[in-house]
Amino acid sequence: MTDSVLPQSLGDSARGDRWKPNRSLSKLTQKLIVLLFGAFAFVSVATTIGIVLTLIFETIEFFLEVSPWEFFTGTRWSPTFANPRFGIIVLLCGTFLTSVIGLLVAVPLGLLSAVCLSEYAPRSLRAWLKPALEILAGVPTVVFGYFALLMVTPFLKTFIPGLSTFNSLSAGLVLGFAVLPTIASLSEDAIFAVPLSLRQGSYALGATKRETVTGVVLPAALSGIVASIVLGVARAVGETMIVTLAAGQSPTLTLDPRSAVQTMTSFIVQITKGDAPYGSIEFKTLFAVGMTLFVITLVLNFFSFWFVRRFQEKYE
Amino acid sequence: MQSQTSQSSPVVDTERVFHVQNTDYYYGSNLAVRGVNLEIPGNKITAFIGPSGCGKSTALRCFNRLNDLIPSAHIKGRITYRGVDIYDKQVDPIELRRRIGMVFQKPNPFPKSIYDNIAFGARINGYQGDMDELIERSLKASALWDEVKDKLQNSGLSISGGQQQRLCIARAIAIEPEVILMDEPCSALDPISTLKIEELMHELKENYTIIIVTHNMQQASRVSDKTAFFNAEATEKGGKVGYLVEYDDTQKIFSDPQQEQTRDYVSGRFG
Amino acid sequence: MTVNSEQSPQLQETKANFNPNLKGRYRFDRVFKTISWIATFAGIVVLTVLLIGILVSGLSSLSFDFIVNPPSRKPEIAGIWPPLIGTICLLVITALFAFPVGVGSGIFLEEFSEDNLFAKAVEINISNLAAVPSIIYGLLGLFVFARIFEPVTGGRSLLSGGLTLALLILPVIIVATREALRAVPDSLRLAGMALGATRWQTVRSHVLPQALPGIMTGTILALSRAIGETAPLIVVGAATFVPFAPELSIKGLQSSFTAMPIQIFSWVSRPQDGFHEIAAGAIIVLMLVLLVMNGSAIWLRNKFQSNR
Repeated sequence: MTDSVLPQSLGDSARGDRWKPNRSLSKLTQKLIVLLFGAFAFVSVATTIGIVLTLIFETIEFFLEVSPWEFFTGTRWSPTFANPRFGIIVLLCGTFLTSVIGLLVAVPLGLLSAVCLSEYAPRSLRAWLKPALEILAGVPTVVFGYFALLMVTPFLKTFIPGLSTFNSLSAGLVLGFAVLPTIASLSEDAIFAVPLSLRQGSYALGATKRETVTGVVLPAALSGIVASIVLGVARAVGETMIVTLAAGQSPTLTLDPRSAVQTMTSFIVQITKGDAPYGSIEFKTLFAVGMTLFVITLVLNFFSFWFVRRFQEKYE
Repeated sequence: MQSQTSQSSPVVDTERVFHVQNTDYYYGSNLAVRGVNLEIPGNKITAFIGPSGCGKSTALRCFNRLNDLIPSAHIKGRITYRGVDIYDKQVDPIELRRRIGMVFQKPNPFPKSIYDNIAFGARINGYQGDMDELIERSLKASALWDEVKDKLQNSGLSISGGQQQRLCIARAIAIEPEVILMDEPCSALDPISTLKIEELMHELKENYTIIIVTHNMQQASRVSDKTAFFNAEATEKGGKVGYLVEYDDTQKIFSDPQQEQTRDYVSGRFG
Repeated sequence: MTVNSEQSPQLQETKANFNPNLKGRYRFDRVFKTISWIATFAGIVVLTVLLIGILVSGLSSLSFDFIVNPPSRKPEIAGIWPPLIGTICLLVITALFAFPVGVGSGIFLEEFSEDNLFAKAVEINISNLAAVPSIIYGLLGLFVFARIFEPVTGGRSLLSGGLTLALLILPVIIVATREALRAVPDSLRLAGMALGATRWQTVRSHVLPQALPGIMTGTILALSRAIGETAPLIVVGAATFVPFAPELSIKGLQSSFTAMPIQIFSWVSRPQDGFHEIAAGAIIVLMLVLLVMNGSAIWLRNKFQSNR
């Protein structure tokens, strides 16, 4: 450190001549740095504000042309046709179908993996299994899309009659494996954090390992587990490439997992892949759909916050 | 009752609940406590006292084989419960633990309702009777009923520390054990809560055999009938190994101990 | 049951109130344990099948020409040069923007901000942003960077794409920075300030160097997530067919762009098998890039941990 020992206001020290600290400069630097970094920190807030404003602005434009009644109750979706229809239910249904299939895979497998990693796997094996799950989490979703469309669908076709080339089943299954690491990793953290004393209390009552896990440890980790599942739901709802590639682009109102559907996200990709001109109804529709998606994730987020706050137990 | 238990004179088995014969306690290859010989009488309170690190908690946790949870922990020797070697291959630790309840140093109620805290052990062990009646009986036996009877559905973590510890005692006695192990049950509690637990212990010994580990010598002298004094000595490797110094009636340990070390310890000269 | 010499080593049940049914409970325990092991390996099996499948169909298309050729309508002669360069350019733009802003925010929140409303708002905001789907960031980029700032960014350009990705990974870098700073012991800060240094001087010369490996690890992991992202780039307006690599100039920044994931998406969406094979080839290249990045992040982390 080049700066010194005593400021001038404390009086000249015996060695005063040899120390020339530039206090005002270093204080100024600090002020500027704090200002700059504060502005940087504001960027992330601005991102949220930007997202909200962008979506609101174009959504209002959208609703000036399309009645909210049609948007929320219509059962047909064809915004690019000559006679456009805007029933968001169709896209919601597609998103619902692929997400539910995905979560049926991701939630049980993710939770059981978390239990296994935390309670059953020996430490040495755990050191290999966790990174393997991290690799799964790091696979780009477009690669999962390739996997779903070109490997899983042909495989499923061999024993599921009537499975179309694009279908929500294959997209949902692969989506589940893409979401699994999120749920497994966050749940594992929560389960691992349950204090040893609770486990001992359970064993001392004559509980077996499984009874301790499902009767004491999982309930004790509940808030963390629910938070991980909610984040998994948000990922599944917002996932784009797998469903775009494997579930197709046909907006039909169906719950048949063998047929093609269109999700909110794959609609956005379909429109932006082409060149939707600014100001066109297609362009505004993008943002109305985006707004719907954003509101869903926001609701999920608030639920997660509320749940964690309400049910988180503090252990010493 | 006999005065020195190092030589095991014949005692009727219903009187002698535990019999520890020449037992060494290990963690991996480290000897933690060596050469313990001890007989625990039924329907009495036996206190384990001694300085930290003397292995009294280790010795306690072997009575219900809770130390099995630590993979490296094992014993050499023989511990019998009503004549049955509890480390025999045919003895199931799960079944053993149902018969030998335990209360821990810090209150550790499960993050469930007060009701479910008690019902948990009974349910998993296949309790055949009326659950509501069992909950009420257990809470009454642990002197907690009047304080919580109107809030059985509240979380077990919502009550005070002393109440939590009594809830843990209620939880332990709900599965109708014969023995209750207590590992410094009052060390995290205030004096008034401590007093309540001590009073409770006096009532409980009518029906249960109690072994309590405590740091607090006054507590040992107040509540226990018999006292075992453990001490530790340094080993050549720089570790510590515990051993049983003296085991006798509490009154004798505190008024007329046979060993010099015991006299020093109970008079507060070390530890 | 064998009978011991002294007494049967069975605990005699004295009270009839319990029906412990140990056999049934142990059976359930074993079933549960087996299922949880199967679940754990399910993910790993799927990962293995995916990787092997891609290697099998993609390895044959890998060659030097495949790397340096531009895309083509004929899969036999198509290559990945423009998207590969596009991805590298995006990576650089994203890093140049996200690293200073993310680290600066992290330092501000951890070292300079009191527990005030602003700090709290930023904190809640960051955890909120983590759950926002990446495609929404694409819409933000489309509206703000590609439309409002079109004179600066050139519209649906490389720069717009890079900035969008930067916003996407910003929260991850902020969180990584804060965690790395938190791991630096407070005594170091006190020691610096006791010597008469300002807080910033202390942070710059003592705290930051200590935290840097952690920050770098988090940044590399965030960047490797960014280059795998497809959806936001499509939305911002990545072109699916760009015959030339972008120029290294302001004009290049403002030109239309493509990237590896976009190219893979485009090839997978075509019906011909030939394109599917080169898509697998491109996936192998992309995964190799990711492997190198993640490997270096893990190497950094391990080096950092062993030094402590």
